[in-house]
Amino acid sequence: MATIELNIYNLVNFQSIPPDWPGGFWWHWLFFTVVIIGFVLTMVMGVIYIERRGMARMQSRLGPNRTGPFGLLQPVADAIKVLLKENIVPDAADKLIHWLAPVVAFAPALMIFAVVPFGNGVLLADLNVGILYVVAISSVSTVGIFMAGWGSSNKYSLLGAMRNVAAVVSYEIPLVLAIVGVVLISGSLSLNQMVVAQDVPFILLQPLGFLLFFAAGCAEINRSPFDLMEADSEIVAGFHTEYSGMKFAMFYLVEYAEAVAISAIIATLFLGGWRGPILPPWLWFVVKVIIVFFAMVWTRTTLPRIRIDQLMAFAWKFLFPMSLFNLFITALQVLAGWPTELVWAMIIVNFAVMAILVLVWSKLFFKLGRGRIEV
Amino acid sequence: MKFERYGIGIAKGLTVTIRHLFRHPTVSQYPEQRLNISRRFRGNELVWNKEKCTGCGTCAKTCPQGAIEIVTSTDMTENKYVVDKYQVDTGYCINCGLCIESCPYEALYFSHAFECARYRRSELVQSKDDMLETPERKVSGYFYPDKANKLPEQTLLVEKVTEKR
Repeated sequence: MATIELNIYNLVNFQSIPPDWPGGFWWHWLFFTVVIIGFVLTMVMGVIYIERRGMARMQSRLGPNRTGPFGLLQPVADAIKVLLKENIVPDAADKLIHWLAPVVAFAPALMIFAVVPFGNGVLLADLNVGILYVVAISSVSTVGIFMAGWGSSNKYSLLGAMRNVAAVVSYEIPLVLAIVGVVLISGSLSLNQMVVAQDVPFILLQPLGFLLFFAAGCAEINRSPFDLMEADSEIVAGFHTEYSGMKFAMFYLVEYAEAVAISAIIATLFLGGWRGPILPPWLWFVVKVIIVFFAMVWTRTTLPRIRIDQLMAFAWKFLFPMSLFNLFITALQVLAGWPTELVWAMIIVNFAVMAILVLVWSKLFFKLGRGRIEV
Repeated sequence: MKFERYGIGIAKGLTVTIRHLFRHPTVSQYPEQRLNISRRFRGNELVWNKEKCTGCGTCAKTCPQGAIEIVTSTDMTENKYVVDKYQVDTGYCINCGLCIESCPYEALYFSHAFECARYRRSELVQSKDDMLETPERKVSGYFYPDKANKLPEQTLLVEKVTEKR
């Protein structure tokens, strides 16, 4: 017991900058900034390909297969097309805000990766409030999206942006409460130390927390089935109706960069991040990110879009009470010392709790609405 | 106990989509991969047999759209009609097949060709020479079962067709 504590103590004191790193902090900063930008852009291209091909196959189609072998160059072709397109700004638009919005929306998606570890201590900044930073910075994207909706001076854009703000404000609460469960077990807010603490992946210790985080995360980044803000059958394309050319490309990039970011956070918090046998840590991390993203594609293909009232009801009447229960039960278990001593008991109990809670609360949720979902 | 109300519907939907992921896509890649169309295809164009036609004009009378125009003159020495002009505006044709069914001398057929898109409206009009049977414009088996049996079998999508991925 004492040795384990000593080991954890050593790891907690682990510095993200090796002492023999040439040039110290600034080289470290430059190197990781370049790596993160490259990583995000390549991952975005990869996940766009995975999404389009995977979704097509799930819908009994083939997907893009013309550009390059197996259609691998499709994202490149799309990027070139969108770069060469004309940039159209509406006459009545608020020019400055319209111009700034894509940048404001894109920067946070990139900044999240500053605290995501690619290996043991391999990250830009090992913040001791890492997850708090993630929660805070990921909400800033909403400002960019609302700026886009407002600056376009288009009612559909504004409607989409308003829906996005409503969704983010509501889903932030279950999202954070689901994170708190993980924080309680790992005993740290730093993402790297959370991964170090995961001898058993937290998806086993926190199955309900994982489900809540996944659903709330999908809603937060407005992926289908929660993609109300760009519901093309209702409000054209939502906040980016009035965008074209490179600015539209930025929003497209934001959409997928945020999806990658949420996948990375889920992989780090629940799937053991960079940990795994044989393969190098960064490869394990990428594989896990892609697995989580594939789950997102899967749900997107399966589930129909929900209405705005259902969106609110789902957040406040389903996810919120469930996350409170989850937090309470996890806190009791941590208080009893289960995460270190009775891991197998905790796994069994938490899976049972998840099954019972989901079943009972689904029934209750159904009864509250008297057969209708929206009440 | 209805499990649909306990969120089991979502699990069902997820299994359906994941099963489709590993299944054969049902699309065909048209320009590279041509499936055989029905042997009794009611096509866009007509095929006319010059030798069998007597110029009676039944096809023109029976056409509900009036798309067939036939002009004949009398050959007094042979004592029969000569078809001077025979043209079909396939733009008006509704592919009902009444002309083929009504022809008393089995001189008119549907064509088995289906790539009949044209750039101009006027190109849709088939003149006498455009209606003869050629290797590209084969006779369809519609209303003539003996001709249908000679055509290749129709490809069905349930037969697993290999396609470009």
